Amino acid sequence: MWRIIHQFGSPPWVYRFCDKVIPWLMPITIGALLVGSVWGLLFAPTDYKQGDSYRIIYIHVPAAVVALAGYYVMALAGLVSLVWRVKLADTAMRAAAPIGAAYTAIALITGAIWGKPTWGAWWVWDARITSMLILFFLYVGVIALFEAYENKTVAARACAILSLVGTVNIPIIYKSVDWWYSLHQPASIKFTGSSAIDASMLYPLLGMIITFYALFALLMMLNLKQSLTEEYAQSAWLNKRLAA
Amino acid sequence: MYFDSMADALAMGGHGVFVWGAYGISFVIIFFVLLRPVMSIRTLNAGIRQEVLRKQSAQVAQENAS
Repeated sequence: MWRIIHQFGSPPWVYRFCDKVIPWLMPITIGALLVGSVWGLLFAPTDYKQGDSYRIIYIHVPAAVVALAGYYVMALAGLVSLVWRVKLADTAMRAAAPIGAAYTAIALITGAIWGKPTWGAWWVWDARITSMLILFFLYVGVIALFEAYENKTVAARACAILSLVGTVNIPIIYKSVDWWYSLHQPASIKFTGSSAIDASMLYPLLGMIITFYALFALLMMLNLKQSLTEEYAQSAWLNKRLAA
Repeated sequence: MYFDSMADALAMGGHGVFVWGAYGISFVIIFFVLLRPVMSIRTLNAGIRQEVLRKQSAQVAQENAS
Protein backbone atom coordinates (compact mmCIF):
# COMPACT_ATOMS: atom_id res chain seq x y z
CA MET A 1 0.00 0.00 0.00
CA TRP A 2 2.68 2.51 0.98
CA ARG A 3 4.64 1.54 -2.09
CA ILE A 4 1.68 2.49 -4.31
CA ILE A 5 1.27 5.84 -2.58
CA HIS A 6 4.99 6.40 -2.82
CA GLN A 7 4.89 5.74 -6.57
CA PHE A 8 2.33 8.50 -7.07
CA GLY A 9 4.87 10.93 -5.69
CA SER A 10 7.61 9.76 -8.03
CA PRO A 11 7.89 11.85 -11.22
CA PRO A 12 9.57 9.15 -13.38
CA TRP A 13 6.88 6.61 -12.41
CA VAL A 14 4.03 9.04 -13.15
CA TYR A 15 5.67 10.05 -16.44
CA ARG A 16 5.96 6.41 -17.53
CA PHE A 17 2.37 5.74 -16.45
CA CYS A 18 1.07 8.70 -18.52
CA ASP A 19 3.22 7.63 -21.46
CA LYS A 20 1.69 4.14 -21.38
CA VAL A 21 -1.94 5.16 -20.93
CA ILE A 22 -2.22 8.18 -23.29
CA PRO A 23 -1.73 6.24 -26.60
CA TRP A 24 -4.81 4.09 -26.02
CA LEU A 25 -6.93 6.46 -23.94
CA MET A 26 -6.73 9.20 -26.61
CA PRO A 27 -8.36 7.26 -29.52
CA ILE A 28 -10.94 5.65 -27.20
CA THR A 29 -11.99 9.01 -25.74
CA ILE A 30 -12.16 10.84 -29.08
CA GLY A 31 -14.10 7.90 -30.58
CA ALA A 32 -16.55 7.83 -27.66
CA LEU A 33 -16.98 11.60 -27.92
CA LEU A 34 -17.94 11.32 -31.60
CA VAL A 35 -20.23 8.30 -31.07
CA GLY A 36 -21.94 9.94 -28.09
CA SER A 37 -22.49 13.20 -29.98
CA VAL A 38 -23.98 11.45 -33.01
CA TRP A 39 -26.21 9.42 -30.71
CA GLY A 40 -27.43 12.49 -28.87
CA LEU A 41 -27.79 14.62 -32.00
CA LEU A 42 -29.36 12.14 -34.41
CA PHE A 43 -30.62 9.00 -32.64
CA ALA A 44 -32.05 10.06 -29.28
CA PRO A 45 -35.76 10.95 -29.41
CA THR A 46 -37.00 14.56 -29.40
CA ASP A 47 -38.22 16.05 -26.13
CA TYR A 48 -41.99 16.57 -26.25
CA LYS A 49 -41.79 19.95 -24.47
CA GLN A 50 -38.54 21.53 -25.63
CA GLY A 51 -38.27 19.97 -29.08
CA ASP A 52 -34.78 19.44 -30.42
CA SER A 53 -33.02 22.21 -28.49
CA TYR A 54 -32.85 19.80 -25.52
CA ARG A 55 -30.12 17.88 -27.42
CA ILE A 56 -27.63 20.39 -25.98
CA ILE A 57 -28.04 18.40 -22.73
CA TYR A 58 -25.58 15.76 -23.99
CA ILE A 59 -22.78 18.33 -23.88
CA HIS A 60 -24.04 20.74 -21.22
CA VAL A 61 -24.69 18.32 -18.34
CA PRO A 62 -21.54 16.17 -18.75
CA ALA A 63 -19.36 19.31 -18.96
CA ALA A 64 -20.99 20.80 -15.85
CA VAL A 65 -20.80 17.55 -13.84
CA VAL A 66 -17.13 17.00 -14.57
CA ALA A 67 -16.31 20.71 -14.09
CA LEU A 68 -17.51 20.28 -10.48
CA ALA A 69 -15.77 16.92 -9.96
CA GLY A 70 -12.59 18.37 -11.45
CA TYR A 71 -12.60 21.05 -8.79
CA TYR A 72 -12.31 18.36 -6.11
CA VAL A 73 -9.31 16.92 -7.96
CA MET A 74 -7.67 20.36 -8.02
CA ALA A 75 -8.50 21.17 -4.37
CA LEU A 76 -7.36 17.74 -3.16
CA ALA A 77 -4.07 18.09 -5.02
CA GLY A 78 -3.75 21.55 -3.48
CA LEU A 79 -4.30 20.08 0.00
CA VAL A 80 -1.65 17.39 -0.52
CA SER A 81 0.77 19.99 -1.89
CA LEU A 82 0.11 22.31 1.05
CA VAL A 83 0.28 19.74 3.88
CA TRP A 84 2.88 17.23 2.67
CA ARG A 85 4.83 19.50 0.33
CA VAL A 86 4.69 16.98 -2.48
CA LYS A 87 5.92 18.78 -5.59
CA LEU A 88 4.00 16.45 -7.89
CA ALA A 89 0.71 17.35 -6.16
CA ASP A 90 1.36 20.99 -6.98
CA THR A 91 1.96 19.99 -10.62
CA ALA A 92 -1.30 18.02 -10.60
CA MET A 93 -3.17 20.99 -9.17
CA ARG A 94 -1.94 23.20 -11.99
CA ALA A 95 -2.70 20.49 -14.55
CA ALA A 96 -6.36 20.40 -13.46
CA ALA A 97 -7.00 24.18 -13.58
CA PRO A 98 -7.10 24.79 -17.37
CA ILE A 99 -9.19 21.65 -17.94
CA GLY A 100 -11.70 22.76 -15.31
CA ALA A 101 -11.79 26.24 -16.83
CA ALA A 102 -12.49 24.77 -20.29
CA TYR A 103 -15.26 22.48 -18.97
CA THR A 104 -16.89 25.33 -17.04
CA ALA A 105 -16.69 27.54 -20.13
CA ILE A 106 -18.39 24.80 -22.19
CA ALA A 107 -21.13 24.43 -19.56
CA LEU A 108 -21.72 28.20 -19.45
CA ILE A 109 -21.66 28.74 -23.23
CA THR A 110 -23.88 25.76 -24.07
CA GLY A 111 -26.16 26.81 -21.21
CA ALA A 112 -26.51 30.28 -22.70
CA ILE A 113 -27.22 28.84 -26.16
CA TRP A 114 -29.80 26.48 -24.64
CA GLY A 115 -31.34 29.30 -22.60
CA LYS A 116 -32.13 31.46 -25.65
CA PRO A 117 -34.75 29.17 -27.28
CA THR A 118 -35.97 27.72 -23.96
CA TRP A 119 -36.12 30.64 -21.52
CA GLY A 120 -35.96 33.43 -24.08
CA ALA A 121 -32.71 34.83 -22.68
CA TRP A 122 -29.01 34.10 -23.21
CA TRP A 123 -28.16 34.92 -19.64
CA VAL A 124 -30.01 35.29 -16.34
CA TRP A 125 -28.37 36.06 -13.01
CA ASP A 126 -29.86 33.11 -11.21
CA ALA A 127 -28.10 31.17 -8.45
CA ARG A 128 -26.96 28.19 -10.51
CA ILE A 129 -25.51 30.24 -13.37
CA THR A 130 -23.88 32.83 -11.11
CA SER A 131 -22.22 30.18 -8.92
CA MET A 132 -20.97 28.43 -12.08
CA LEU A 133 -19.49 31.74 -13.25
CA ILE A 134 -17.68 31.99 -9.88
CA LEU A 135 -16.34 28.46 -10.47
CA PHE A 136 -14.94 29.66 -13.80
CA PHE A 137 -13.25 32.62 -12.10
CA LEU A 138 -11.77 30.28 -9.45
CA TYR A 139 -10.21 28.06 -12.12
CA VAL A 140 -8.89 31.07 -14.05
CA GLY A 141 -7.78 32.61 -10.74
CA VAL A 142 -5.57 29.62 -9.93
CA ILE A 143 -3.91 29.86 -13.36
CA ALA A 144 -3.42 33.64 -13.10
CA LEU A 145 -2.21 33.52 -9.48
CA PHE A 146 0.51 31.02 -10.33
CA GLU A 147 1.74 33.26 -13.13
CA ALA A 148 1.66 36.34 -10.88
CA TYR A 149 4.41 35.15 -8.50
CA GLU A 150 8.08 35.12 -9.39
CA ASN A 151 8.82 32.55 -6.68
CA LYS A 152 7.05 29.37 -7.79
CA THR A 153 7.08 27.74 -4.33
CA VAL A 154 5.13 30.69 -2.94
CA ALA A 155 2.91 30.69 -6.05
CA ALA A 156 2.02 27.03 -5.55
CA ARG A 157 1.12 27.66 -1.91
CA ALA A 158 -1.09 30.63 -2.80
CA CYS A 159 -2.85 28.58 -5.52
CA ALA A 160 -3.42 25.70 -3.09
CA ILE A 161 -5.00 28.05 -0.54
CA LEU A 162 -7.20 29.68 -3.19
CA SER A 163 -8.42 26.31 -4.49
CA LEU A 164 -9.14 25.09 -0.94
CA VAL A 165 -11.09 28.23 -0.01
CA GLY A 166 -13.01 27.98 -3.30
CA THR A 167 -14.29 24.52 -2.33
CA VAL A 168 -17.06 26.39 -0.44
CA ASN A 169 -18.58 27.18 -3.83
CA ILE A 170 -19.10 23.53 -4.84
CA PRO A 171 -21.96 22.57 -2.48
CA ILE A 172 -23.53 25.95 -3.27
CA ILE A 173 -23.59 25.03 -6.97
CA TYR A 174 -25.03 21.59 -6.21
CA LYS A 175 -27.78 22.93 -3.95
CA SER A 176 -28.46 26.21 -5.79
CA VAL A 177 -31.44 24.82 -7.72
CA ASP A 178 -33.04 23.58 -4.49
CA TRP A 179 -32.24 26.53 -2.21
CA TRP A 180 -33.30 29.38 -4.47
CA TYR A 181 -36.22 29.76 -6.80
CA SER A 182 -34.60 29.49 -10.16
CA LEU A 183 -35.20 29.13 -13.86
CA HIS A 184 -32.71 26.29 -13.95
CA GLN A 185 -34.35 22.91 -13.50
CA PRO A 186 -33.26 20.55 -10.69
CA ALA A 187 -31.32 17.39 -11.51
CA SER A 188 -33.28 14.75 -13.44
CA ILE A 189 -30.88 11.92 -12.65
CA LYS A 190 -30.92 10.68 -9.08
CA PHE A 191 -28.72 8.08 -7.43
CA THR A 192 -31.55 7.10 -5.10
CA GLY A 193 -35.06 6.64 -6.45
CA SER A 194 -36.13 6.73 -10.08
CA SER A 195 -34.77 9.27 -12.52
CA ALA A 196 -37.14 11.69 -14.23
CA ILE A 197 -35.74 10.86 -17.65
CA ASP A 198 -36.52 8.07 -20.11
CA ALA A 199 -33.96 5.32 -20.78
CA SER A 200 -33.66 6.33 -24.47
CA MET A 201 -32.35 9.71 -23.30
CA LEU A 202 -30.64 8.50 -20.14
CA TYR A 203 -28.21 6.06 -21.77
CA PRO A 204 -26.63 8.51 -24.22
CA LEU A 205 -26.42 11.05 -21.38
CA LEU A 206 -24.67 8.61 -19.04
CA GLY A 207 -22.40 7.61 -21.91
CA MET A 208 -21.41 11.23 -22.47
CA ILE A 209 -20.84 11.81 -18.73
CA ILE A 210 -18.45 8.81 -18.63
CA THR A 211 -16.76 10.08 -21.80
CA PHE A 212 -16.25 13.54 -20.30
CA TYR A 213 -14.69 11.92 -17.22
CA ALA A 214 -12.36 9.93 -19.51
CA LEU A 215 -11.51 13.12 -21.41
CA PHE A 216 -10.69 14.82 -18.12
CA ALA A 217 -8.35 11.95 -17.19
CA LEU A 218 -6.72 12.10 -20.63
CA LEU A 219 -6.19 15.87 -20.48
CA MET A 220 -4.91 15.56 -16.92
CA MET A 221 -2.27 13.04 -18.04
CA LEU A 222 -1.30 15.15 -21.06
CA ASN A 223 -0.89 18.27 -18.90
CA LEU A 224 1.07 16.29 -16.28
CA LYS A 225 3.36 14.87 -18.93
CA GLN A 226 3.86 18.33 -20.38
CA SER A 227 4.76 19.85 -16.99
CA LEU A 228 7.07 16.95 -16.09
CA THR A 229 8.88 17.25 -19.43
CA GLU A 230 9.37 20.95 -18.73
CA GLU A 231 10.50 20.50 -15.11
CA TYR A 232 12.80 17.52 -15.65
CA ALA A 233 14.32 18.46 -19.02
CA GLN A 234 17.81 18.18 -17.49
CA SER A 235 17.18 14.91 -15.60
CA ALA A 236 19.03 11.75 -16.55
CA TRP A 237 15.93 9.54 -16.45
CA LEU A 238 14.04 11.68 -18.95
CA ASN A 239 17.05 12.17 -21.25
CA LYS A 240 17.66 8.42 -21.29
CA ARG A 241 14.02 7.71 -22.04
CA LEU A 242 13.80 10.21 -24.89
CA ALA A 243 17.15 9.26 -26.42
CA ALA A 244 16.17 5.58 -26.60
CA MET B 1 -31.79 7.76 -37.14
CA TYR B 2 -34.56 9.64 -35.39
CA PHE B 3 -35.00 12.18 -38.17
CA ASP B 4 -36.60 11.49 -41.56
CA SER B 5 -33.88 13.22 -43.55
CA MET B 6 -30.53 14.89 -43.11
CA ALA B 7 -32.20 18.25 -43.83
CA ASP B 8 -34.56 17.65 -40.90
CA ALA B 9 -31.61 16.79 -38.68
CA LEU B 10 -29.85 20.02 -39.67
CA ALA B 11 -32.96 22.13 -39.08
CA MET B 12 -33.87 20.48 -35.72
CA GLY B 13 -37.35 21.98 -35.86
CA GLY B 14 -35.97 25.52 -36.12
CA HIS B 15 -33.44 25.06 -33.31
CA GLY B 16 -30.66 23.81 -35.57
CA VAL B 17 -28.47 26.91 -35.20
CA PHE B 18 -28.53 26.60 -31.40
CA VAL B 19 -27.92 22.85 -31.20
CA TRP B 20 -25.24 22.59 -33.89
CA GLY B 21 -23.66 25.83 -32.68
CA ALA B 22 -23.41 24.55 -29.10
CA TYR B 23 -21.77 21.31 -30.26
CA GLY B 24 -19.46 23.20 -32.63
CA ILE B 25 -18.19 25.65 -29.98
CA SER B 26 -17.72 22.81 -27.46
CA PHE B 27 -15.68 20.78 -29.92
CA VAL B 28 -13.49 23.77 -30.76
CA ILE B 29 -12.74 24.30 -27.03
CA ILE B 30 -12.01 20.57 -26.52
CA PHE B 31 -9.78 20.56 -29.61
CA PHE B 32 -7.66 23.41 -28.26
CA VAL B 33 -7.22 22.08 -24.71
CA LEU B 34 -6.22 18.75 -26.26
CA LEU B 35 -3.85 20.24 -28.82
CA ARG B 36 -1.99 22.59 -26.45
CA PRO B 37 -0.19 19.94 -24.30
CA VAL B 38 0.36 17.62 -27.31
CA MET B 39 2.16 20.34 -29.30
CA SER B 40 4.07 21.57 -26.26
CA ILE B 41 5.33 18.04 -25.44
CA ARG B 42 6.44 17.62 -29.05
CA THR B 43 8.44 20.87 -29.01
CA LEU B 44 9.99 20.14 -25.59
CA ASN B 45 10.98 16.59 -26.57
CA ALA B 46 12.66 17.79 -29.76
CA GLY B 47 14.69 20.30 -27.75
CA ILE B 48 15.73 17.69 -25.16
CA ARG B 49 16.75 15.16 -27.86
CA GLN B 50 18.85 17.81 -29.58
CA GLU B 51 20.54 18.72 -26.30
CA VAL B 52 21.28 15.03 -25.54
CA LEU B 53 22.82 14.56 -29.01
CA ARG B 54 24.91 17.72 -28.61
CA LYS B 55 26.27 16.49 -25.25
CA GLN B 56 27.04 13.07 -26.71
CA SER B 57 28.96 14.46 -29.67
CA ALA B 58 30.85 16.84 -27.36
CA GLN B 59 31.83 13.85 -25.22
CA VAL B 60 33.02 11.89 -28.26
CA ALA B 61 35.07 14.86 -29.47
CA GLN B 62 36.67 15.19 -26.05
CA GLU B 63 37.57 11.47 -25.97
CA ASN B 64 39.11 11.70 -29.44
CA ALA B 65 41.20 14.70 -28.47
CA SER B 66 42.71 13.04 -25.42
